[in-house]
Amino acid sequence: MQENQRFTWPHKDLLDVSQLTVEEANHLLDTAEQFHEINQRPVKKVPTLKGKSVILFFAEASTRTKTSFDVAGKRLSADTFALTKSGSSLTKGESLKDTALTLQAMNPDVIVIRHWSSGAAQYLAERLDCAIVNAGDGWHAHPTQALLDAFSLRQHWGRDFSGKTLLILGDILHSRVARSNVILLNKLGAKVRVCAPRTLQPAGLNDWPVTVYTNLNEAVQGVDAVMCLRLQLERQQAGLLPDLSEYATTYCLTARHLAMAAPGALVMHPGPMNRGLEIASDIADCAESLVLTQVASGVAVRMAILYLHATRKDGGSK
Amino acid sequence: MSSILIIQNAEYLGETVDIVVRDGKIDSVGPKADATEGAEVFDAAGLKVFPSFIDCHVHLREPGFEYKEDINSGLRCAAHGGFGAVMAMANTKPVNDTAAVTKTMLAKAKATWPHGPRLYPVGAATVGLEGKELAPMAELAAAGCAAISNDGRPVGGAEMFRRCMEYAHTYGLIVIDHCEDPTLAKETHMNEGATSGRIGVKGQSVVAESMQAARDILLSEYLDIPVHLAHISCKQSVELIRWAKQRGVRVTAETCPHYLLIDDRELENYSPMAKVNPPLRTPADVEAMREALKDGTIDILVTDHAPHAEHEKECTLDEAPNGISGMDSAVALTWTLVTDGLISEADFIKRWCHEPARIFNLPANNFEKGAPADFFLFDPEERWVLTPEAMQSKGKNTPFLGRMLKGRVKAHWLGGVKVV
Ligand SMILES: [Zn+2]
Repeated sequence: MQENQRFTWPHKDLLDVSQLTVEEANHLLDTAEQFHEINQRPVKKVPTLKGKSVILFFAEASTRTKTSFDVAGKRLSADTFALTKSGSSLTKGESLKDTALTLQAMNPDVIVIRHWSSGAAQYLAERLDCAIVNAGDGWHAHPTQALLDAFSLRQHWGRDFSGKTLLILGDILHSRVARSNVILLNKLGAKVRVCAPRTLQPAGLNDWPVTVYTNLNEAVQGVDAVMCLRLQLERQQAGLLPDLSEYATTYCLTARHLAMAAPGALVMHPGPMNRGLEIASDIADCAESLVLTQVASGVAVRMAILYLHATRKDGGSK
Repeated sequence: MSSILIIQNAEYLGETVDIVVRDGKIDSVGPKADATEGAEVFDAAGLKVFPSFIDCHVHLREPGFEYKEDINSGLRCAAHGGFGAVMAMANTKPVNDTAAVTKTMLAKAKATWPHGPRLYPVGAATVGLEGKELAPMAELAAAGCAAISNDGRPVGGAEMFRRCMEYAHTYGLIVIDHCEDPTLAKETHMNEGATSGRIGVKGQSVVAESMQAARDILLSEYLDIPVHLAHISCKQSVELIRWAKQRGVRVTAETCPHYLLIDDRELENYSPMAKVNPPLRTPADVEAMREALKDGTIDILVTDHAPHAEHEKECTLDEAPNGISGMDSAVALTWTLVTDGLISEADFIKRWCHEPARIFNLPANNFEKGAPADFFLFDPEERWVLTPEAMQSKGKNTPFLGRMLKGRVKAHWLGGVKVV
């Protein structure tokens, strides 16, 4: 960890990738490389965060992300405590403010928060002294997912993404994964395309640093990677989509589409996948699929995030 | 024995005047009043005098939500804000859809502060604000309602809204419409635009407002019945109103200080204080609103005073209720429109006093001999910070909190009685 000691992590919290400079993002990913190496060892535990406590506060269900943070914390020897929606007083209608005060009283070093409200992580960050790591807030941001996606891509593309084009496919409107990835991938030099029907595009999308498509056949031409997004099935009930089979016909990523992409184009999905709806099953499992790589990357990246925030010296910017 | 009050050296529309008040009525407004024995004298050097303003759109929360505001605290806030009369919306609990509620409100106002600002209740347009059955408007008119509105829960159905307009007109009442298509505005927390898209919050399109404004305008023309459009917020709506006025449609419109001064970038940090309905729009909309106020497309200024308890705004953006507590700061905030050269001082008075009275058939305050002595003194130079302590309203919810304001109400008389 000598490399890291020369770099003072300047952020109290990780709310979104928009707060990171390219240098900081790369430093974080470099740190993750080292933890990734630890994860390949027979004994996957180091004492780095011994005595530190990490609260996993998941107001919205997510087995994957929570487990990933839990494993990341435990491999660094931190004490991790899970506070889930059903286990907390949240179900009794407690306000986020009161939850925040309760959390503060436990005096943790890091709180990892997942919440249905956009801005919830920022809300805690402004009120609590400990580090807040945003594990997804509403439709707003999912920085740890974007970082693990970048980490996965780095293993194929190297550190510099310039010259690479990535397509984000699916429900952009409701996707915090898309919002954070658009920002980070642009920072790292990639060109980003998005493709979705108009009903799943947010207002102001044309001002984002992306090229917007509604036609998948056009969007996929020559791209180096396709990132599929999960489609919430209730979007159909909300009147944003006709029947799901029509969606699958027009927006499901299949081998036919991949044939139009650049040779060896990578395939990604943040999971859990609706096979046959967003992504054809054979594509999810194909050689170019990074889906399982993403899961492994997730642990390493979250170890780096916990490490940088739990060991940070005071005095950095909020 | 008659009581005499003399206000000396006040500035009224650029002239230095003395105002003589005899038995609660204005006796004279002129260059120099003669000293009268036994008169109470108030030196107003350096202060402007304005006839008391009328706020045609407030939420006083009583009955039902007294912890947010009650009639007494609301009227006290009005008096301190420079308002001699307020029109209180019907979304109380119970809803003001019966004479009993109207009378209770009026009795409460009278009992708690007989010399305070006048309260004009606004009756509901439909029973329970539910948009299904017409409210008993004859009864509401007789009990003292000054207008009719479903503000808070706008009437979505065009047929129902038409009947509201027709029936209200029968009893000489005008309908104030909160223009909002409920289907386009469902579960929205801010303006739909670049900011909402970026920060991932469900936004309300300007069309949710302008489409209903267009509906109301077309109905008004077709029925030949006037309609008043509440708290207009966007460019598209004012373009429609301008078009309607050119056609001679009897439409009038209001806007609030916040739609003329701040935009949806205030919500970049998810600030619940800036959450209001209709939502704060884009800078281009603000520009269009200012232009519309200047050219008279927007007739009057109102606050849409919507106080909430502290804990209600102490949450995330999507959980927060809509509303800005506005009466404490309205005059200072809109005074900048005069100092910016957007409107004249005479226009300022017109938009806050004379036009509201004309539109809603309220007693005119002409500030001349024989008129009730309803006026306030305003220091156009005083700088003050809008703090919770400086606010009279129970609601401290405003995005202007902590801002330095210029211009402050210093004293206020109603019927010759000093209320502030
Ligand atoms: Zn309203």
